[in-house]
Amino acid sequence: MSKLTPVLSAHWDEKDSFTIDAYKRNGGYAAAPKALAMDPDAVIQLVKDSGLRGRGGAGFPTGMKWGFIPQGDNKEHYLVVNADESEPGTCKDMPLLMANPHVLVEGVIIAAYAIRAKNAFIYIRGEVTHVARRLNKAIADAYKAGYLGKNVFGTGHDIDLVLHIGAGAYICGEETALLDSLEGFRGQPRLRPPFPAIAGLYARPTVVNNVESISAVPAIVNNGPEWYQSMGTEKSKGATLYSLSGHVNNPGQFEAPLGITLREILELAGGVRNGHQLKFWTPGGSSTPLFTAEHLDVPLDYEGVSAAGSMLGTKALQIFDETTCVVRAVLRWTEFYKHESCGKCTPCREGTWWLVQILRDLEAGKGTEADLQKLLDLCDNILGRSFCALGDGATSSITSSIKLFRDEYIAHVTGGGCPFDPAKSTLFAEAK
Amino acid sequence: MTTQEVTQVEMITVVIDGFEVTVPKGTLVIRAAEKLGIQIPRFCDHPLLDPVGACRQCLVDVEINGRAFPKPQASCTIPVEPNMIVKTQLTSPVADKAQKGVMELLLGNHPLDCPVCDKGGECPLQNQAMSNGNAESRLTGYKRTFEKPINISSQVLLDRERCVLCARCTRFSNQIASDPFITLNHRGALQQVGIYENDPFNSYFSGNTVQICPVGALTGASYRFRARPFDLVSTPSACEHCASGCDMRTDVRRGKTLRRLAGDDAAVNEEWNCDKGRWAFKYVTSTNRLSQPLVRNAEGVLVEASWPEALAAAAAGLKGKRAAVLTGGRVTAEDAYGYSKFARIALGTNDIDFRARVSSAEEGEFLAAKVAGKFDVHYSDIDAADHVLLVAFEPEEESPIVFLRLNKNFKKRGLKVTSVATKGSIAMDKLKADFIKVAPGDEAAAVAGVSLTAKSVILLGERASESLGLISAAVALAEKSGAKLAWIPRRAGERGALEAGALPTLLPGGRPVADSAARVDIAAAWGVDSLPSTPGRSTHQIIEALGNDELDAVVVGGVDAYDLRNSRKVLDVMKSAFVVSLEIAESSITSIADVVLPVAAVTEKSGSFLNWEGRARAFDAAVADSLNRSDLRILSALADAMGSSISLGTVSAAAREIAELGKWDGARVPFTPVAAGSAPAASGSQAVLTSWRRLLDMGVMQRGEDNLAGTRRQTVAVISPSRATSVGVSTGDQVRISNEIGSITLPVLVEDIHDDAVWIPRNSFGSQALTALNAVHGELVTVVKA
Repeated sequence: MSKLTPVLSAHWDEKDSFTIDAYKRNGGYAAAPKALAMDPDAVIQLVKDSGLRGRGGAGFPTGMKWGFIPQGDNKEHYLVVNADESEPGTCKDMPLLMANPHVLVEGVIIAAYAIRAKNAFIYIRGEVTHVARRLNKAIADAYKAGYLGKNVFGTGHDIDLVLHIGAGAYICGEETALLDSLEGFRGQPRLRPPFPAIAGLYARPTVVNNVESISAVPAIVNNGPEWYQSMGTEKSKGATLYSLSGHVNNPGQFEAPLGITLREILELAGGVRNGHQLKFWTPGGSSTPLFTAEHLDVPLDYEGVSAAGSMLGTKALQIFDETTCVVRAVLRWTEFYKHESCGKCTPCREGTWWLVQILRDLEAGKGTEADLQKLLDLCDNILGRSFCALGDGATSSITSSIKLFRDEYIAHVTGGGCPFDPAKSTLFAEAK
Repeated sequence: MTTQEVTQVEMITVVIDGFEVTVPKGTLVIRAAEKLGIQIPRFCDHPLLDPVGACRQCLVDVEINGRAFPKPQASCTIPVEPNMIVKTQLTSPVADKAQKGVMELLLGNHPLDCPVCDKGGECPLQNQAMSNGNAESRLTGYKRTFEKPINISSQVLLDRERCVLCARCTRFSNQIASDPFITLNHRGALQQVGIYENDPFNSYFSGNTVQICPVGALTGASYRFRARPFDLVSTPSACEHCASGCDMRTDVRRGKTLRRLAGDDAAVNEEWNCDKGRWAFKYVTSTNRLSQPLVRNAEGVLVEASWPEALAAAAAGLKGKRAAVLTGGRVTAEDAYGYSKFARIALGTNDIDFRARVSSAEEGEFLAAKVAGKFDVHYSDIDAADHVLLVAFEPEEESPIVFLRLNKNFKKRGLKVTSVATKGSIAMDKLKADFIKVAPGDEAAAVAGVSLTAKSVILLGERASESLGLISAAVALAEKSGAKLAWIPRRAGERGALEAGALPTLLPGGRPVADSAARVDIAAAWGVDSLPSTPGRSTHQIIEALGNDELDAVVVGGVDAYDLRNSRKVLDVMKSAFVVSLEIAESSITSIADVVLPVAAVTEKSGSFLNWEGRARAFDAAVADSLNRSDLRILSALADAMGSSISLGTVSAAAREIAELGKWDGARVPFTPVAAGSAPAASGSQAVLTSWRRLLDMGVMQRGEDNLAGTRRQTVAVISPSRATSVGVSTGDQVRISNEIGSITLPVLVEDIHDDAVWIPRNSFGSQALTALNAVHGELVTVVKA
């Protein structure tokens, strides 16, 4: 029996899956009128009951987040969808929006109604022009159909949806930096409190949710919270998109109940590329501590991954086989964090600057064993000392890789360079 | 704050490093620790700026109700809470390591140029690296480098590689000055402070960013590489540039003032000052500074003389003559007292006026009746006001710290500000002020129509004297509403001169000349038989009288003829009279004077100014060994030479006398309201002139400050859109403003101004209204395309 539970991805293989007609043909835009006929608080309760947790990485209960919005405060409320998917390895929201943008639009309608927001925003990263175009078209079609704008679905409610295209900054995926960017400022994280639920966009109560979290809502409304509860594990309910990339035979998005293991997903994906073995992998993108083959049976839910010492994060499963130099991989990630550090706080801004230099020396065989201690100590001075989680994330792969592959680092030092042939880790290496 | 409000503040007790401290709710942990004497290192934190938590230097361990935060918290962003236990670097190894780790990272990319850095020796980074850092760095790779330095304005330089990106400067400019001309650009370690490409950091308050920069990233062009902090001798001082009354610090090396900094006074300037106060001090050492007495010889040429010769010549010219005193608003309270006493005893006259500017009889009565001897409006009243009405007062240009206080209240609590004015302004925009737009001369009627409450404050500028009945209207509004009324002159010495009795109708302490009891009071204190009883002449009347041969001589101190109307006539009549001039530098008056007596500049003497509140701002001599003497010492010597001693040998003697005179509790000079005037009718190309002085202009005390001058606002003539259409010009085109006296040609700025009006700067380069047009406000001029 297949472990897959395609809901969001059920119709991705249909050629016109991204169109409003296809979406409706497959039962779309039925949940929104249903939700709009309910009391908004009942919609919030429904989402609470479903056990849906934020799919952006932190896993905060979505319904509870909606419930934080003060009601009857005579203020504008806003819904903001975080589509600034930028983490190395994370590739779930973009394929989802490419293939099925209307499920997000419908989710937005329901969520905006629930939190009494008349205006919703989708903040999408600037590089994904093609996705943004599809989403724009979907929004335009939804307006045309009367699902957005004035008097949506003839219910008397007004909901406007604006697509905002970012300028390409990883930090803008941090929700408060996203809000600053959306307001037209430089994207840098804000001091909390106040939290966005109290003073978010334009200092008004704001819910910021990940694309996948909002997209899960129409199905929950259609099928009921019990249906959603029936999937997943005790504290991590429902199904989610796992993105498999790297040295696997059949990479892609796999929608499965929370708690599935990498071993099971790898089976579905045809395994690690032929003739090779799994060396290490990330459970939730580049900012989550590395796992190895030892962790193949860790249940991939919030609690399971956490108990094993990492984080479920965005469920971006990057697979690396034994041809990969871990020092090289970690250096590349660290270069990313250095490039993307917003500069606001000292530990992340300055720390990543030096981490890269030390890692470069190590990879080139110019490092010393003492550099490993220096790296670990610098990471200790960054983790939990920086302003937002970006700094923390920058240290994860370094500390975990030194823990798991210390000998490999030492081999770079003693051997005066990298013992690996980088060409062998490329996908075209086999073709030669 | 009333007692009731004080008791309402909830107090919270927290434990920091094992010591209990009780602080008001909302206090930040870093501040609570300070109360215990526990210094947590910090860079981005500043008590007057909103917390940002960017530098992460102040990390401490925090536990609330027995639950510890999993990671160290920035103590500059967390307010105290009940049952909070804080462990700083002193008691928590985790906090200590976190702080040392952050310090190592801050130093990693910081250049080792302390030996040539202006900040070296007074640098928070240097100091805290010693107190809270590791002795050695493990970071041996490549440091970030930048081209250095870059000018972000003509007076502020930026060394980007020194910057620790604490954002104090950008937050100050945004939050305090509302001049968001600098911002952080780029990201990561290459993040840097920057300006918009073609818009330099021309804020009137930019110098504060240099002062609060915790490293040497921002430096002042005038001070850069001039001194090491430990070679400077610092003296607390007061600012002589306006009536705001900033507390200052003057730093001197080898007898030369090298820089001035804003001092701390929470009740007045908090920790800020304006760029003029900070950077305009070279006039003291300018090349035309006077150092020797001058006496006009038989050939009519001014020649250097000894002090005894000069004093004898002055005494001979004044003794037994009908003489008057003109003393400008630039002298200290003690010096003004010297002039006041000198006029009454040595010259036997009440012909003395400190108003070296456009003034009116209405104003004279108002000052004597409603301002002198009253000290009942303060900065704190702005903090408590429900509404502030600005009348003939442009705070950013004419009293910048009053502007900062207004802005603080606007930003923190949305203070309502209304301005009755002829032209909109940048400050009004920043304060989102209600702009009651009037034609020049119509102000009084507009003021009468404003509704205020007993919690409101009216700030009346000195230019109110230029619009007939305006002062009376403001007085009536204050009486009707119960609002407080404050008079804010522009110059630092005006209020002190008023209290010293340097006014034709007033003796020291607000005592009316016309009141015999008041005269007896002062005569007894001064040890003379009697004082002249006839009220004297005002500035304008003194000039008239000199011209009509009703007066023979005049003693002039700190006045420039170009401060007055009809400056050419002033100089003409003075040429035919006997003039004794007390001045620090050559001026239009010294050039026609018969005796010139050089006096000390502010940094060379002690004394005090009374700011607009009437608050004394005392200062000591910053330059200890100056040979120059205060005005009153010279007046005292002159009085001795004339045989009628005033016994004011020292500044402290004058201060003691002023204190002993005490308050006057008798009747005050009565105030007779004046009917409201109105603007003259303008038709065709005629317009009604209005003008005020900019903060940075051709003021004589800004002489020699080229860097400062580089940040002046542009000299423009402002007209309304409809006039622009009728004149046929748009912004940037040239217009000519003229009357029968002369003309001024300026680029035009089309802005929010009354259709009948044209505004020009009063004393800027290319636009000196008084000398060119002999007009400043409410007079008709012609505006045509040039």
